[in-house]
Amino acid sequence: MASDPGARMAVELIDIHKEYGPLKANQGISICFAPGYIHGILGENGAGKSTLMKVLAGFTPKTRGLIRIDGSNTEYQTPAEVSRLGIGMLYQEPVDFPVLSVLENFMIGQTRGFWLNRMATQKRFESLCLHLEFSLPPETPVQKLTTGERQQLEIIRLLSLGANVLILDEPTTGISSFQKETLFQALKALAKEGKTLILVSHKLEDIERLCDRVSVLRKGRVTGEMERPFDTETLLKMMFGSVPSPLKPSQTAAGAPLLNMENVSATGDRAGLRGCSVVIREKEVVALAGLEGSGQGVFLRLAAGLKVPTSGAIRLQGEPMAGKDCIAYQNKGVTFLPTSRLEEGLITGLTISEHFALKASHGFRVRWNDAEQQAQARIEQFRIKGKPGMPVESLSGGNQQRLLLSFLPDAPSLLLLEKPTRGLDLESTLWVWEHLYHYREKKTAIVFSSSELEEILMVADRILVFFNGGVIRDIKTAQTDVHDLGRAIAGKA
Amino acid sequence: MIWAGPSPGRPDDQASESKSMIQRHWKAFGLSLAGVLGFTTAILVLAGAPPLEAYYHLLKGSLGSLNKTGAVLTAWIPLTLCAVGLLYTFRIGLWNIGVEGQMIMGAIFATAVLRWGVESRVPLLYLAAAFPAAALGGGLWAIGAGILKTKGEVHEIFAGLGLNFVAQGILLYLIFGPWKRPGVASMSGTEVFPTDLRLSFLPGLRFSPAGLILAVIALLLTAWMFRHSRFGLVLKAAGSNPIATLLFGERPNRYMLLAMLLAGGFAGIAGCVQVSGVYHRLIPSISSNYGYLALLVVMLSNYNVFVVPVVAFFFTCLNVGSIQLPMMLRIDSSLAGVIQGAWVLVALAAIAWHRRKVRPEKEH
Ligand SMILES: Nc1ncnc2c1ncn2[C@@H]1O[C@H](COP(=O)(O)OP(=O)(O)OP(=O)(O)O)[C@@H](O)[C@H]1O
Ligand SMILES: [Mg+2]
Repeated sequence: MASDPGARMAVELIDIHKEYGPLKANQGISICFAPGYIHGILGENGAGKSTLMKVLAGFTPKTRGLIRIDGSNTEYQTPAEVSRLGIGMLYQEPVDFPVLSVLENFMIGQTRGFWLNRMATQKRFESLCLHLEFSLPPETPVQKLTTGERQQLEIIRLLSLGANVLILDEPTTGISSFQKETLFQALKALAKEGKTLILVSHKLEDIERLCDRVSVLRKGRVTGEMERPFDTETLLKMMFGSVPSPLKPSQTAAGAPLLNMENVSATGDRAGLRGCSVVIREKEVVALAGLEGSGQGVFLRLAAGLKVPTSGAIRLQGEPMAGKDCIAYQNKGVTFLPTSRLEEGLITGLTISEHFALKASHGFRVRWNDAEQQAQARIEQFRIKGKPGMPVESLSGGNQQRLLLSFLPDAPSLLLLEKPTRGLDLESTLWVWEHLYHYREKKTAIVFSSSELEEILMVADRILVFFNGGVIRDIKTAQTDVHDLGRAIAGKA
Repeated sequence: MIWAGPSPGRPDDQASESKSMIQRHWKAFGLSLAGVLGFTTAILVLAGAPPLEAYYHLLKGSLGSLNKTGAVLTAWIPLTLCAVGLLYTFRIGLWNIGVEGQMIMGAIFATAVLRWGVESRVPLLYLAAAFPAAALGGGLWAIGAGILKTKGEVHEIFAGLGLNFVAQGILLYLIFGPWKRPGVASMSGTEVFPTDLRLSFLPGLRFSPAGLILAVIALLLTAWMFRHSRFGLVLKAAGSNPIATLLFGERPNRYMLLAMLLAGGFAGIAGCVQVSGVYHRLIPSISSNYGYLALLVVMLSNYNVFVVPVVAFFFTCLNVGSIQLPMMLRIDSSLAGVIQGAWVLVALAAIAWHRRKVRPEKEH
C-alpha cells in the first residue's frame, strides 16, 4: 500500500507490551496519535520511550498489543513495510552513508526505475529544503555535516519517501539552539499540513514549546496525558513521581594552574582550533559554550592527548606534553568522556562487567567475580537500569550515559566531559552534577561542553565561548546571562 | 537478551551469550553445513557423478581405514594450529591474510635449526629447539605486517599478501640455492632429515602424536586466554572499539602487534610440524594452502574456539576424502577444487546471514 502525500493518518497504539526477557520495557501502553498534531512522548531515562517508538516503526517486534492505522488493525515485520505504510522514524544516531554526498544520501531508496534521475531528484531535494527552510549543501559528503544537518537531511528523505507519520526520537539532543529553532519551525509547518508528528523527549522545555498534547511514560506505563496549556509541576510529577529539587551550586576558589594551552592550533571538526591560549586551574568548573563544531570537541581531545596540535604548546601541571600520547595524559590524571557513547566511550559487544574488568585489573588474569561485584555496586550507586551481564548496547541512552560516568576514577586531576548530560532527564542531570561537584573537594578541575545554556549557567564557574575555531570570550559565570551568552555564541562578542 | 537467573553468567563469549544467541549459533552452523552438502550434491550431479556413491567414497576415503584417519589427523593438525592463531587476530579485527607466509617462515626457521642438528650428538635438543625457532620465525613475519599496519598504515591484507609472496620467494631460493640437495636442485625439496630429527610416528596410524598434542594444547590455551585473561578481554575490546579502549588505558596498537605475533607463532609451529613431522624436509609447497583454508575454517566457526576443531576436522575429511574421488568415479580431478570453491561461497553467505541476525538493535 503506497501512501499518497498529503494523506492524513491516525495511528492508535492499544495495550502495547514489549518484554526483553524478564525486563518489561513497555507494559500495556495505549496512545492515540491524531493527524495535524504534534504529540509529545515525555518520560525519564529508561521509561520505555525509544522502545515504544521502535515497536511503532517496526524496528523491534512487540510482545503483544495492537497497532491500528486509520481504524484498521495492522501487522508488520520490517521497517521497510512500515515505511511503505507511510511511517518514518528519525533515529537519534544518524543512519546514513557518511562518505556519500548529501544528494546521494537523499537519492537512496527514492528511485523507482533503474536509472538515477539526478536532475529530478535534485529539484525535489531543493524544493523540500526551501519549504522547510533547511540549508543543506547538496554536494558535501555527509560525514562533514553536523548532527543537526544530518537530521534535517533525514527528515526530508523520510518526507520524500512518503512519510505521513514522522517519529522523532530525542531530536534536540546534540544540536545547536539555532538548528533547534529551524527544526521546530519545520515541524510546526508539517503539522499544519496534516502530518502526524511524534516527538520523543525528556526535556520538558521542548515539549512545552512545541507539542499540542503529551503522553507521559514512567516505568513502561502511561502515567498521564495532557493537552496545551501544560502545567510544569504536574508534568514533572507524572514523569518522576515527585518534583526534583534544584541544584545548590557550591562556590569554591580556584587553585593552582593545571592545564596550560599556549597558542595551540589543531585541525578537526569543522573549524579546527586556532591560536587558543587558555589556563585551567584546580577545582574550577569550566564550560565550553558555542555552536556545534566550533572547536570545543577539538579542545577537549587536545587536552586529553587524543589529538596532536599542529602548533603551540600544552603543559600539564607545568610539564610540557609534546610528543606524549593519551595514556601519558591519563597517567597524569586526565580523564576524558566523549559524547558519542557507542562510538568512542563504550565498547559494543562487551557487557557491563567486562567494561569494569577492563577498567579495573592490570594483572594477567581477569577477576570476574570482582568485576561483577564492582559492576553491581556501581549499577546501584549510579542507579543504572541494567544488570552486570547485559551488553552495553542494550541499555537505554540515558543509562549508557550513567554507565560512562560510573567509570570515572576516584580522584582525577582533570575531568574532560563532552556534553556529559546529553540524553539525561532533568532529575538525572541534577544528580550527575551533584556527583561531579564532589570531585572539587579532591582538587579536580572539570571542563565540559554543553549545548544547553541553562545548564552552563547553572553549574559553571567560568565560560569559554567558542566561535569558528577560536575562543572569543573567557568570562566568569556571574558576569553574564542567557542573553549575553547567546549573543557571544552567535559570534557577536 | 535473556538474563541468566540471579547470578548473571560469566561475561564471556560463551556463557554470557543468551540461549537464543547460542541457538542461533548452531542454526548458523547447521545451515552452512546444509548449504555445503546441498552445493556439493548439486555440483556432483551436474558433473554426472552419483552423489550418494560420491559421499560414500568421501567417507571411505577419509575415515575408512586407520591409514586414512591418520592422513586426516595429519592435515587437521596444521590447519587447526593456523586457525587458532587466526582467532587472536580476528578477535582484534585484523584480517591476517599472511598466514601462508608465516607458516613458510616457521618451516624455514625450523629447517635451519634441524640442519644444524644433523650429525649432532643431541638431535632431540635440536628437534625441540626447532619449535620455538619456528614460532619466532612466523611471529616475526607476522609482526612485519603488523608494523606496516600500525606505523605505516598499510592495510594488513596487502601487507600480508605481499609478505606471502616474499616468503614464497625466500623458500624457493633456499631450496634451489643454499639448501639444495648435493648435486641436484629440484622441486622435491631439500635433503631428507635423519630419523632422529623427525617427530615420531604412531605405527599404523602414520601420524605424529606430538603435533596432535601441540594442537590440542593450543586450543585449550586459547580457550583459557579468551575466557580468563585480560589479554583476551582487551583484544575483544580493541576489536570492537579502539578509541574507547584507548580511553580505558590500553594501547590497541600494542595489542594488534601481540595478536599478530601469536597468530604468526602458531602458524610457524604449524610449519615446523610439516617439516619435522610430515615431509621431513623443506619442500616448495610446505604450506599446502593451509593458511587460506584456516581463514575459512575460522569464519565458518564463527570465531569460536570450540567450534574451530570441529569445522577443521570436517574440512580435512572432505579434503582427504576427495583425493581419490576422481579416480573412483572417473570424473575430472579439478572437481575437488570446484567443490571447495563452492564451500567458500557458502561460508561467506553463512557469515553474512549471521552478521545480519546478530547485529545489535540501535539504541537511543
Ligand atoms: N535490546 C534491549 N535488550 C534488553 N533491554 C533493553 C533493550 N532495549 C531497551 N532495553 C531496556 O528497556 C528499558 C527501556 O528502554 P528505552 O530505550 O525504551 O528507554 P527510554 O525511555 O528511551 O530512555 P532514554 O531517555 O534513556 O533514552 C530500559 O531499561 C532498557 O535497558
Ligand atoms: Mg531513548
